[in-house]
Amino acid sequence: MLKKLLSLCLLAIMVLSFTACGTKKDDSEAGNNSDFKVAVIHIGDPADGAGYTFAHDQGIVAMQEELKLSDDQVIRKNNVNDADAVAIRTAMEEAIEEGADIIFGTSWGYMDTMDEMAKEYTDVIFSHASGYMSNETNFNNYFGRIYQARYLSGIAAGLKTQSDMIGYVAAMGIDNSEVTGGINAFALGVESVNPDAKVYVKVTNSWLDPTLEKQAAEALLDMGCDVIAQHADSTAPQMAAEARGVWGVGYNSDMTKDAPKAHLTAPVWKWGVYYTKAAKDAMEGTWKSENYFGGLAEGFVDVSTLSDNCAEGTKDAIDAAKQRILDGFKVFEGELYDNQGNVVCAAGEALTDADITGAMNWYYKTVEVK
Amino acid sequence: MIINFLYAAIKAGTPLLFGTTGEIMTERSGHLNLGVEGMMYMGAFLGFYVGFHTGSLPLALLAAFAIGLFAALIYAFLTVTMMANQNVTGLTLTIFGTGFAKFFGESMIREAGGSPKLADSFMTTISEKPIPVLGDIPVLGKLLFSHNPLVYIAVIIAVICSIYLMRTKAGLNMRAVGENPAAADAAGINVTLVKYIHIMLGGGICALGGAYLSLINGGGIWNNSSAVNGQGWISVALVIFASWSPMKAIYGSLVFGAFSVLQFYVPKDIIQIPNAFYVMLPFLITTFVLILASMRKSKEGSQPAGCGVNYFREER
Repeated sequence: MLKKLLSLCLLAIMVLSFTACGTKKDDSEAGNNSDFKVAVIHIGDPADGAGYTFAHDQGIVAMQEELKLSDDQVIRKNNVNDADAVAIRTAMEEAIEEGADIIFGTSWGYMDTMDEMAKEYTDVIFSHASGYMSNETNFNNYFGRIYQARYLSGIAAGLKTQSDMIGYVAAMGIDNSEVTGGINAFALGVESVNPDAKVYVKVTNSWLDPTLEKQAAEALLDMGCDVIAQHADSTAPQMAAEARGVWGVGYNSDMTKDAPKAHLTAPVWKWGVYYTKAAKDAMEGTWKSENYFGGLAEGFVDVSTLSDNCAEGTKDAIDAAKQRILDGFKVFEGELYDNQGNVVCAAGEALTDADITGAMNWYYKTVEVK
Repeated sequence: MIINFLYAAIKAGTPLLFGTTGEIMTERSGHLNLGVEGMMYMGAFLGFYVGFHTGSLPLALLAAFAIGLFAALIYAFLTVTMMANQNVTGLTLTIFGTGFAKFFGESMIREAGGSPKLADSFMTTISEKPIPVLGDIPVLGKLLFSHNPLVYIAVIIAVICSIYLMRTKAGLNMRAVGENPAAADAAGINVTLVKYIHIMLGGGICALGGAYLSLINGGGIWNNSSAVNGQGWISVALVIFASWSPMKAIYGSLVFGAFSVLQFYVPKDIIQIPNAFYVMLPFLITTFVLILASMRKSKEGSQPAGCGVNYFREER
């Protein structure tokens, strides 16, 4: 008898909790602004205070302030491994359960799972950084012309170097066109102000590994490089440059506070520009599934404030180049040679965004992998 | 070029030397502690935290050592007194230590309002500088006498541990406990005490390796996601490579350090091997050493016979 009573009680509780879920769902569908929630899936931890995830999170913070959202309206899922489909799905399902209306996935590896889930959860908007997948209703991607900012940062490096040897700590090898395109744009920037300088690349094969990044930077410094640029997530290469009393060009976020005596400037993303736009549209119900590809013109990428370490005239040179880009200079304009002596862009032609961020697997002629 | 390479190898090998020496002390007393990674993480955090707030290197190292002692005490209590499975306990300690460092690391960042950075005076203390006179010797001066202070500390600890193990009575007792605790017990050695002391000592030394990573390798900035990043596991492998001898650990860590920086010093225009191969090399060599050791069939340089097995007095 007691057993039956107990099971009846449990049943009642279950039914009640179901209804509780149901009512909650109804509330969120009513859709006024205080119910609107934004979720972001981070590969790292914004608490690192610098680097890729931090830069994205700064964008989220900017969006939150701009749209006057409360802290409850922003859901963060941190340290979500982008090679673990189960973890990605769990993180996003949690976010949806908490009431997310739009989900930003910040890492490449989230793409396939987002594509699948966009079909299942048609009333949630999925937005993915750096990928190429999208659909017509609730899934788009966003990325940008960071190569424009890299070109500008190359100018700072080219003007600063004394040995005409610039080191570049790269996360991935020649096959990764996001990295390779960045290196080439940087080298073009260097060449535009210092035709004698060469860019030496060392690859760590890891997006984030401070120890490896530091070792790679030190090996470049041992070769005689006196400016260290990077496409890697930690500040370690900048710290290595500072310890040797030479210079560096960071990435993702302004690293001047980390290496005040070495850092010149860094190509940075202003993710907030997109996050604010997308979240605002989603909140007002005007969101359309269009892929976003921003650049200097949109204020989506830029170089961080030039530090006092920069050579004289850097600011003028960068401002002039910025103006040229705004006036239509494509950065990759022919005639360009790769470091094997092949023509990769014929005279009078220019490479497209798709070529630069998606299909670049050659190094510019002043680049050498060491 | 070669000198720069060897110099970088020594630096890369130092955290491994700490971890390996610590783990050798632990394993020699009969306990396989797979928590090296976790203890390193805890040492990395506390060493950095204390260094950040006090600006004193000795205090930072002492704090790291102390938290290593504490972490190993947990392990020792569970495995020696409670007879828990050593592998499982060690793995748990790794997970705990990693979480511990990341949890408090995050609150340290909040407290500092951005990524915490060590004071310039602290950075000068731990910077690489030649020892007067000795540092002026060509080649050798750069290779042996121009390091940051922790490199010397690591070597000194390894040498002391080696002398202690091989040349003192206490070391002999401890080896006896590791080889055959029942016999050692019968000979009147306090097995439990010896195990506690050496597991904790080993943990403290491992944690110093973590402090090396956060203070030196991090360049003075706390990196919350990957302060240790697998170096603890490499240390565990290195114990086998060094055949449980702290002296051999010195060469061993140099070899492993050399492999870890090799990819950055091989001229890529002449020799083209995929990077993954360089990452694989240390483990390949370890396998090779293991095979050689098993072929030799000598007791010398093999794992202590009692390692990994809990000693239960009533089962004698």
